[in-house]
Amino acid sequence: MTDHATSPARPRRWPYILPLAVVLALGGVFAKRLSDISGGYDPLVIPTVLLSTPAPEFDLPPLPGYGDALTTADLKGKVSLINIWGSWCAACTVEHPLLMEIAKSGELPIYGIAWRDQPDRSIAWLERHGNPYTKIGQDPKSQAIIGLGVVAAPESFLIDKEGIIRYKVAGIITREEWREKIQPLIAELSK
Amino acid sequence: MKTLALLIFLVFAGAAYAVEPREMLQDPALEARAREVSQQLRCVVCQNETIDESDAEIARDMRLLLRARILAGDSNEDVIAFLVSRYGDYVLLKPRFMASTYLLWFGPFIVLAIGAFVVYRRLRGTPAAAPAPLTPEEKAALEELAPGERTP
Repeated sequence: MTDHATSPARPRRWPYILPLAVVLALGGVFAKRLSDISGGYDPLVIPTVLLSTPAPEFDLPPLPGYGDALTTADLKGKVSLINIWGSWCAACTVEHPLLMEIAKSGELPIYGIAWRDQPDRSIAWLERHGNPYTKIGQDPKSQAIIGLGVVAAPESFLIDKEGIIRYKVAGIITREEWREKIQPLIAELSK
Repeated sequence: MKTLALLIFLVFAGAAYAVEPREMLQDPALEARAREVSQQLRCVVCQNETIDESDAEIARDMRLLLRARILAGDSNEDVIAFLVSRYGDYVLLKPRFMASTYLLWFGPFIVLAIGAFVVYRRLRGTPAAAPAPLTPEEKAALEELAPGERTP
């Protein structure tokens, strides 16, 4: 500004450019986030830190009439899917037909974790909608749930032969995600 | 009178905690530690609430789990580390100081520095002294161009 006195007519542009630059920069950030959201990014989904780590140790009591207890040992030796559900979970009903199809195809065992549910309600739900689960464990106090970093039902985890978490779906598994992401991964992990 | 009493109670009402009496540990020292830990952890379904304040069921289950771990002999750091290992840094209400959070921590200072720079430039930019008064020749020239105009 030393030349201010000698050339007072020189316009100072930056006070006009700065706000415009700020608005454009913010607009850029908003546009990026919005396009992420329309591209499938959900800001409510917490990114999982569990991929490539072993599934946590759990030992869940069985659902009466639906086989034995579900433990971490069940996850070894075979690629499997863990599905978190509850009779109180509306979205689980939406996801259920796909799980039934997978179970019918015998592609891989699906282990159900009945989260924070009354056993009789879980049983009534399975009788009404059908049972896609190879084995079911009850988790009334969210022990396995917190171990798996679950936020809300339904959530599903693809587990490899060594019992390591390879993929996580927060929310309903869509047919598209199953076909395009999960099935190729199952094929790869089953080799 | 009743209204006044109600107002007084409302003014002095403390924050309502979601912790239920039957959740609490018998040992007051352990319970105090549990409260301290739970006030640092963020409820995973409610964005900006501690699990100590949250009524969400998952928050209650996390409170019970951290109490069970404290009873089993875990330190406060162990409990927090366990939950971070399950849910990631998201569960920490106070973000950690690391590369991905530098902007968050330094952002306010950067904005303050920009503001200080702008103010400095503006203050420096004002001419210190008034321009020199016009000479008689200049006054005459001005009078010719704009008759009756007041000159300094």
